[in-house]
Amino acid sequence: MSEKNKEAEKIMRLVESSPQIHNKQSTSSIMWSVTLALLPAAAWGIYLFGARALTVLLVSIAAAVVTEAIIAAFLGRFTLFDGSAVLTGLLIGFNMPTAVPFYVPILGSVFAIAVVKWTFGGLGGNWMNPALAGRVFVFFSWTGQMTSWSTPKTVVDAVSSATPLGMLKTGLLDYSGPATGPAEFLSSNGFVGSTSGLSHFFAPLFGGGTSGKIYADLFTGNVGGCIGEVSALLLIIGALYLFAKKIITWQIPVAYLGSFALLVWIFGGNRYGTGAFSGDVLFHLFSGGIMLGALYMATDMVTSPLTGKGMIIYGVGIGFLTFLIRFYGSFPEGVSLAIILMNIFVPMINRYNKPHRFGVERKSFIDRLKEQANAREEA
Amino acid sequence: MKGLSTFPKGGVHPPGGKALASGKPIKNAVLSSMFVVPLSQHLGKPAECIVSVGDEVREGMLIAKASGFISAPVHSPVPGTVKEIRDIYLPNGMKSSAVVIELAGAFDRLGKEERAGDWTQLSAEALMAKVVENGIVGLGGATFPSHVKFSVPKGKKAEYFVVNGVECEPYLTADHRLMLERADQIIEGIRIISRITNAEKLAIGIEINKPDAIASMKAAAQKAKVKLDVVPLKVKYPQGDEKQLLKAITGREVPSGGLPLDIGAIVANVGTVHAVFEAVVFNKPLIERAVTVTGGAIADPQNLKVRIGTPIKTLIEECGGFTEEPAKIVMGGPMMGFTIYDLDTPVIKGTSGILALTQREVHASTRTSCISCGRCVAACPMGLNPTTLFKLIDHGDYASAMESGLMDCKECGCCGFSCPARIPLVQGMRLGKKMGRKKKSA
Repeated sequence: MSEKNKEAEKIMRLVESSPQIHNKQSTSSIMWSVTLALLPAAAWGIYLFGARALTVLLVSIAAAVVTEAIIAAFLGRFTLFDGSAVLTGLLIGFNMPTAVPFYVPILGSVFAIAVVKWTFGGLGGNWMNPALAGRVFVFFSWTGQMTSWSTPKTVVDAVSSATPLGMLKTGLLDYSGPATGPAEFLSSNGFVGSTSGLSHFFAPLFGGGTSGKIYADLFTGNVGGCIGEVSALLLIIGALYLFAKKIITWQIPVAYLGSFALLVWIFGGNRYGTGAFSGDVLFHLFSGGIMLGALYMATDMVTSPLTGKGMIIYGVGIGFLTFLIRFYGSFPEGVSLAIILMNIFVPMINRYNKPHRFGVERKSFIDRLKEQANAREEA
Repeated sequence: MKGLSTFPKGGVHPPGGKALASGKPIKNAVLSSMFVVPLSQHLGKPAECIVSVGDEVREGMLIAKASGFISAPVHSPVPGTVKEIRDIYLPNGMKSSAVVIELAGAFDRLGKEERAGDWTQLSAEALMAKVVENGIVGLGGATFPSHVKFSVPKGKKAEYFVVNGVECEPYLTADHRLMLERADQIIEGIRIISRITNAEKLAIGIEINKPDAIASMKAAAQKAKVKLDVVPLKVKYPQGDEKQLLKAITGREVPSGGLPLDIGAIVANVGTVHAVFEAVVFNKPLIERAVTVTGGAIADPQNLKVRIGTPIKTLIEECGGFTEEPAKIVMGGPMMGFTIYDLDTPVIKGTSGILALTQREVHASTRTSCISCGRCVAACPMGLNPTTLFKLIDHGDYASAMESGLMDCKECGCCGFSCPARIPLVQGMRLGKKMGRKKKSA
């Protein structure tokens, strides 16, 4: 008997259920990949808003991780390596203005992890996105602190106290002058767009003039806003990485952004008296937190539907709600609330969007209802 | 351009690993000094032992007879002496009685392939009798006795006979080699089975990653003037599942809980067809089969023609042993096979491969809670919802699980493969089916 054979004999294997091989991705690798995809946008936020932005991000992450560690230890589990706490903390930091007092992100993170995540049993048990819930909690509790914006480093001639969307919301209330759209309104109010850096490079893509410059600023992130949400460009680049790794699928972002864009295009012009089918789609897609929401928040696996069809319904729902809140609500932004509201419907969407079973006759919805009615009668 | 045929929903693309052995011709494996031949190598009742300790057996001699309609006889793989009859554990965890034979005496068949006569003169019944008495079972892995599959009950008709040359399990290449090396014999086997089943349309499905096998089968069919439809199929696991294969080739769906015959089709794997050929033309019982011995931890991966009952350590040794300590040793393919802990486990009729997989190949990871990513739902070719089924089973609600289609699950492993939380979904389904059946019969 050869030496190798003896060695082979020593090997005892436990019986393990099939399949014997697995996809490379694990829960933790997914969480860390999403974190990685967010880093360019984080770096840009730190560059734009200075060292304090970095501190806010670190404080949020630390608060989330510490909360997770304490609760997990209390329950006798070790969950830090799954990366979900770091991701939640990072996302909460992303949703903070730079000048926010530190207790706000800390309380946001603690609420997200302790209340939203762990009272439902930890990762996978929550029905609501913890980062968004934390954000909404502190937003409604400390609205003042959550809406005072710092001036971005690269913008010298812009308004320092409002985001473009915020300006629009408050500005339009008592505005009667002529403006055909948000870009023109902003420029007539002193927001003329920058000619520096990346914006300068992208401006020709959006046509000439002040409007082109404003779009370019919104796209690259040369505007005020929350630390992580300003640069649509960097958020899209990070998302492309997630699409390539098949961590997120097209259904939710496309359904969300598509339905939102369609509604903006149809109804968005009404505010400016230009009538239907004249809304400024580009402006609304690049401003506010919609890119962050559509690509990273709404796509959260735990709180989104299971099937592709369900994801489309979910995405369209968020798009509709975002449009409603942004255009007719009292706050300039509605992404977080829209996603959380649709989180509520996810179990119902899952219930009525079961995949079609192989080898089972397709039945229309009406037929199924009739069947149910018959069954009730018999019973 | 029309896309390649495949099944409509689900499926996964596990990394292939086929290149390790696909270029290696099937060669005869060395003989072990001891053979362990289990009596339960097929689905259905175990065979009934007809030898006792101390008996001399000849190569190919009947040592256990079928014990019912869904059962198959077992033959001695080698000449020798019956040393003992004892219980062993099969790779799937089932206990089975096994005949241990010590190699001795002369081979009277080895290397000889003499035609028994012109089979075309025989009736369908006589051909079927040869399938029965030679212990032919499905060699794809499920080991369902072939004669049961080939019997068309009154009132039903086999319109199609579909040969399964898909071999969609990663790493396995034995069927591929068989199609390259024995195409003529497979074609003759197809003719025999079409006589037995009276099927009108003949087709073989082969994944497009084996273009040489497609060409080889086409050429052989042309040479023998057999009207065989060689269908290239998209590479997607589990394309080789009976129901998925039939959907791709005939466009028909086997109804939930039904059999291929419900849509007028009979399916057999290429290995099985070849075994039928040997049984009918050479009067040879099923005492050997092609096995792929491969995996990242095997020094020299090969395709071997192995006698049933050979302990796998003999084969691993023949393939140069391990290059590193394997993370898992698997009998069968990596998607549906079983891990084995004992290298004395013998090769049985259903053993299509022996894999020694490295840590890098298995992608083990810690189990976490379900994060509702929906990947299992997207991967399930049967349109089931594995995550919900698993939760129902976990909570002991077997009735609801069965209502949601649990019994349609064929344990192909797509859900478990794609689960990032490493939840043992397939194990859950297996348990659920077992408990569900128990509850139902109680």
